[in-house]
Amino acid sequence: MSTDSTGPTGSPGSTPAASTPGRSTPGSGNGAELIRFDKVTKRFGSNTVLDDLDFTVAPGKHVTLIGPSGSGKTTILRLLMTLVKPDEGTIRVDGEYLTHEEKGGRLVPAGEKHTREIRKKIGMVFQQFNLFPNMKVLQNITEAPVHVLGLGRDEAEERARELVELVGLTECLDRYPTQLSGGQQQRVAIARALAMRPQVLLLDEVTSALDPELVAGVLDLLRDIAHTTDITMLCVTHEMGFARDISDDVLMFDAGRVIESGPPEKIFSEPENERTREFLSAVL
Amino acid sequence: MNWNWSVVDEFMPYFWDGVRVTLQATALGSLLSFALGLVWALLLRTPSRFVRWPVGFFVEFIRNTPLLVQLFFLFYVLPEWGVQTSALATGIIGIGLHYSTYTAEVYRAGIEGVPAGQWEAARALSLPRGRTWGAVILPQAIRRVVPALGNYVIALLKDTPMLLGIGVLEMLNQARQFGAQTFQYIEPYTIVGIAFILISYPASLFMRYLERRLVH
Repeated sequence: MSTDSTGPTGSPGSTPAASTPGRSTPGSGNGAELIRFDKVTKRFGSNTVLDDLDFTVAPGKHVTLIGPSGSGKTTILRLLMTLVKPDEGTIRVDGEYLTHEEKGGRLVPAGEKHTREIRKKIGMVFQQFNLFPNMKVLQNITEAPVHVLGLGRDEAEERARELVELVGLTECLDRYPTQLSGGQQQRVAIARALAMRPQVLLLDEVTSALDPELVAGVLDLLRDIAHTTDITMLCVTHEMGFARDISDDVLMFDAGRVIESGPPEKIFSEPENERTREFLSAVL
Repeated sequence: MNWNWSVVDEFMPYFWDGVRVTLQATALGSLLSFALGLVWALLLRTPSRFVRWPVGFFVEFIRNTPLLVQLFFLFYVLPEWGVQTSALATGIIGIGLHYSTYTAEVYRAGIEGVPAGQWEAARALSLPRGRTWGAVILPQAIRRVVPALGNYVIALLKDTPMLLGIGVLEMLNQARQFGAQTFQYIEPYTIVGIAFILISYPASLFMRYLERRLVH
């Protein structure tokens, strides 16, 4: 287990007690951590997808999760977005419990209201875009800022216009999602997530559903965002070149555990773990 | 068989009264069935089984008993409970209620047809429950069930003659009364039959058009 990792540390379940906040984030000045998983286990039926998982992500870091399919990467994003609930363990975002609340000194499952407040700090971009097909691009982007953050319509539209400019789709504001290409839809989805000004952006295989010639445009946009903002990114991808470009850290998953982690140069060039080597030789 | 045009002339004023009542019952009954059906569909999705079970039982009960029985029940029992309405109003309530148990099923299918990703996107944006339903799920669900709802409008139209059971003077009842008074049955019944096809066939063509437009 490497201890020199700057942002996150993935610690295999065999050494659960060893992980402490101070040790896991030597790279950030104040020792802060934005995301913290403690002994998280998630099962689907008899299938254990995440097994006693500990890891942390420091603010502003870009972390990529790699590994064979079914290794639990996407489940981590879905847990953070509260699309699924952990069976055991706790998740904290910005120091607060995501799916639990402290009541009378005890941790109890959180109510919807508490979870909603924490979840506002997180945005997600999906593999299948999941734009609202009944709304034009503009309304897709303004819907949540208006109805969740309580922004005025003018302010929300102003924000949306800035974002479509960022993602290069100014001319598409008045179109419906079905009138856009997959790459354009995914860029709208990125703008929609950013409109909530989240602290964390979750990217779930965002180019997997795109035609090959549309992948580069979306990845370039995400590179831009990664290099010009201080947003924290948690990214599941099969695009290893992209992972190498934007990541501060790479976590290699296998069978629900982090089996290796470190900066991309190290993971991609001289992986220590046999499974990591096998996986990378298969995908690179 | 003798076809007598002067009988037709005599019947037409009664016929138009009947058409008005039939269309009124169809339109208002349909609207009621659309509204109530949505209510049942939403109640059947609430987490509380203390809501789901009684609503589910009620819906099954209505769907599995004959419309005519329900009409008689409403017509003779509601006044006992102090509810005084006209026969037509009772008929509209009865037929709307009956068909709402079918439209509920249509809405259910429409709601389940909305991809899981839409719920997930709404959740990822923290949209409140009312907004998730009102702005994301229902507009998509209803769009894809409009043709199916339209088919129930046509079915409902064809069930309006049941209302003669409680004395509503819709098209068929006008023909029946006219026949009873004049002993001329062929012309009025023929006209009513033609009227039904003149209303329902264009309506079903319109539904097919809607289907092509809305469901892609």
